[in-house]
Amino acid sequence: MAAANTTGRQKLGWGAANTLAVVLVAIPVLWIASLSFKTPAAVTCTSRWGCFWPSQWTWANYRGILTTSSFIRPLINSIGIGLISTFIAVLLASMAAYAVARLAFPGKRVLIGMSLLIAMFPVISLATPLFNIERQLGLFNTWPGLIIPYVAFGLPLGIYILAAFFREIPWELEKAAKMDGATPYQAFTKVIAPLAAPGMVTTAILVFLFCWNEFLFAISLTSTIASRTAPAALAFFSGSSQFTSPIGPISAAAVVITIPIIIFVLFFQRRIVAGLTSGAVKG
Amino acid sequence: MAEIVLDQVTKRFPDGALAVDAVSLEIADGEFVILVGPSGCGKSTTLNMIAGLEDITEGKLLIGGTVVNNKAPKDRDIAMVFQSYALYPHMTVRENMGFALKLAKTPQATIDEKVNEAARILDLTQHLDRKPANLSGGQRQRVAMGRAIVRDPSAFLMDEPLSNLDAKLRVQMRTEVSRIQRRLGTTMVYVTHDQTEAMTLGDRVAVMRNGTIQQVGAPQELYERPVNLFVAGFIGSPSMNFIPATAEDGTLHTPLGDIPLSGRLRQALERARAPRELIVGIRPEDFEDASLVAADARPQGITLRAEIDVLESMGSDVFVYFTRELEQGVDAAELQELARDSGRADTGASGDTVVARIDAATHLREGEDAELWVDVRKIHVFDPSTGKNLALEDGHDTPAPAAAPSSAQASPEAMPAPGEASPAASPVDSPDRPVQ
Repeated sequence: MAAANTTGRQKLGWGAANTLAVVLVAIPVLWIASLSFKTPAAVTCTSRWGCFWPSQWTWANYRGILTTSSFIRPLINSIGIGLISTFIAVLLASMAAYAVARLAFPGKRVLIGMSLLIAMFPVISLATPLFNIERQLGLFNTWPGLIIPYVAFGLPLGIYILAAFFREIPWELEKAAKMDGATPYQAFTKVIAPLAAPGMVTTAILVFLFCWNEFLFAISLTSTIASRTAPAALAFFSGSSQFTSPIGPISAAAVVITIPIIIFVLFFQRRIVAGLTSGAVKG
Repeated sequence: MAEIVLDQVTKRFPDGALAVDAVSLEIADGEFVILVGPSGCGKSTTLNMIAGLEDITEGKLLIGGTVVNNKAPKDRDIAMVFQSYALYPHMTVRENMGFALKLAKTPQATIDEKVNEAARILDLTQHLDRKPANLSGGQRQRVAMGRAIVRDPSAFLMDEPLSNLDAKLRVQMRTEVSRIQRRLGTTMVYVTHDQTEAMTLGDRVAVMRNGTIQQVGAPQELYERPVNLFVAGFIGSPSMNFIPATAEDGTLHTPLGDIPLSGRLRQALERARAPRELIVGIRPEDFEDASLVAADARPQGITLRAEIDVLESMGSDVFVYFTRELEQGVDAAELQELARDSGRADTGASGDTVVARIDAATHLREGEDAELWVDVRKIHVFDPSTGKNLALEDGHDTPAPAAAPSSAQASPEAMPAPGEASPAASPVDSPDRPVQ
């Protein structure tokens, strides 16, 4: 009986802790969602109680942002820049990871160290130098101007995850492919890459999420909606008049750009966890 | 179809470790040769060098008369079966088997025909459209064989292909491998650490140790005429008993009793200028329950009394274990390595145990003080310092090495140091080896 009591109490304790964590995380998200359905007047509600849910639901904020190019265009930028960066990063990372996992070459440790260093680097310290460099090179406020840094920061993540996946593929498969007459390129494309496909999908999702969420480069390396991505564009929303706060539209836009992430996580939850923990446990 | 020639092939890893030391071996067209030895003896490295998966540091490798040292595996026209099978998990059995042909841009109709033919030989027809993950161990093994067969290569290389199977299946597949090789008549090099596989499968067996070939020969020859302690201990199951002995006045004094030296043995020892301290090797099957030995056969051996520690009945015969003080005097390097390989060094089992394999008709029991008989005509005598089998240099008319057909030669390192070797000591050139 004592044991049963302990487990019962433990369950209760864990349940309470989990509920607290979920509430802490969920409240800001629900608050944003609620704000996005409020009229401008209700946003500034000062009543102590009853302001969490809109007293009057409205789609006006969504209608507003989805008809203005100051949100649609950044949304297209986000998708375009995200997809291109992801494609390039995964392509390069898979080759680099293959080399890291399979080949002994001089400077391998340096390469791994460098890529870890990049992943750890405080991004804010790069914002100003990159701003100057990109202005000199004419990359400022262009798609490549964001794609290049995104690839650079996506690569370490990609190399790390993919190298773990490649390591789990038995080396003998490659030897077998060689014996079957495959060139190294054929062995990679026909045997290794298909087997590492789950790893590549995982990497692609994680790199895409990184690009999609990125804010600092997006705001400091762009100046117009020609290349500004959605998260950065939110900051430039204005109200319908100088004296209206744009809180409603901003909330609506925040909800819109959150939706793809929620869908991704729901569908690829397992893959994402597998990617983050791959290599941690053998077998 | 092709013969494979290794000429002083050496493999030195970048860290300086010498894995294969000047191995020379000629494998005739259509021959089935086994490389056998304990783990780390260089047998797999040798196979990988033949395959082209490892570079050759020194020496020459010829396949079908051409030097292939610098050829990529795909240009050597050889197929390999791996220990882990290395089937492509994302392909069906059919695609797995046809992969090599597809890479070679063979027409699809030919691929189908060859795959179906191989599947028929290996009894895989109903599994052709399944993925490897859905196959049993034995089926996977057959797919791996099929992948090699469809290519119709000039040689097969097998790297412990049966070691992942359970014991019963292994015996079945062993027969199968033998049948397929005979049917196809393709040169085959087969690596194993299992002496039973080596004995049952090969036309010839090469025993390796520390990167050198110790002896090459037909299985029966290795069993009957091992050139040194290592081969003697490695071949045969249960393995040979090694007993310290002192030679004196035509008699070998051993813990088992005094063994009179036969005339030919005494001559051989004299010719080899053998030391007084020797190691006597007696195969377990040369023991017998004394009560089962016919009276007229008794003088050909000696009898001894021993208390039986353990008795294992195998049905067909009985293994009897008893203890004698053997440790001191038997500490040759070869024996230590054999002990390590058999795991005896790890289990802490005493090296003082003698094994006898006797007829199942025996009435002996555990704990009993038994009378055992040893057939002394078949004993081997080894030099403890060199490990060389001294009994071999007897009247078997061993020809001088130069006169022997040189289709198989152990490397010089496999032989005892020059100062100790007599001219006739070439370990492998024996007249009763089948000429290839």
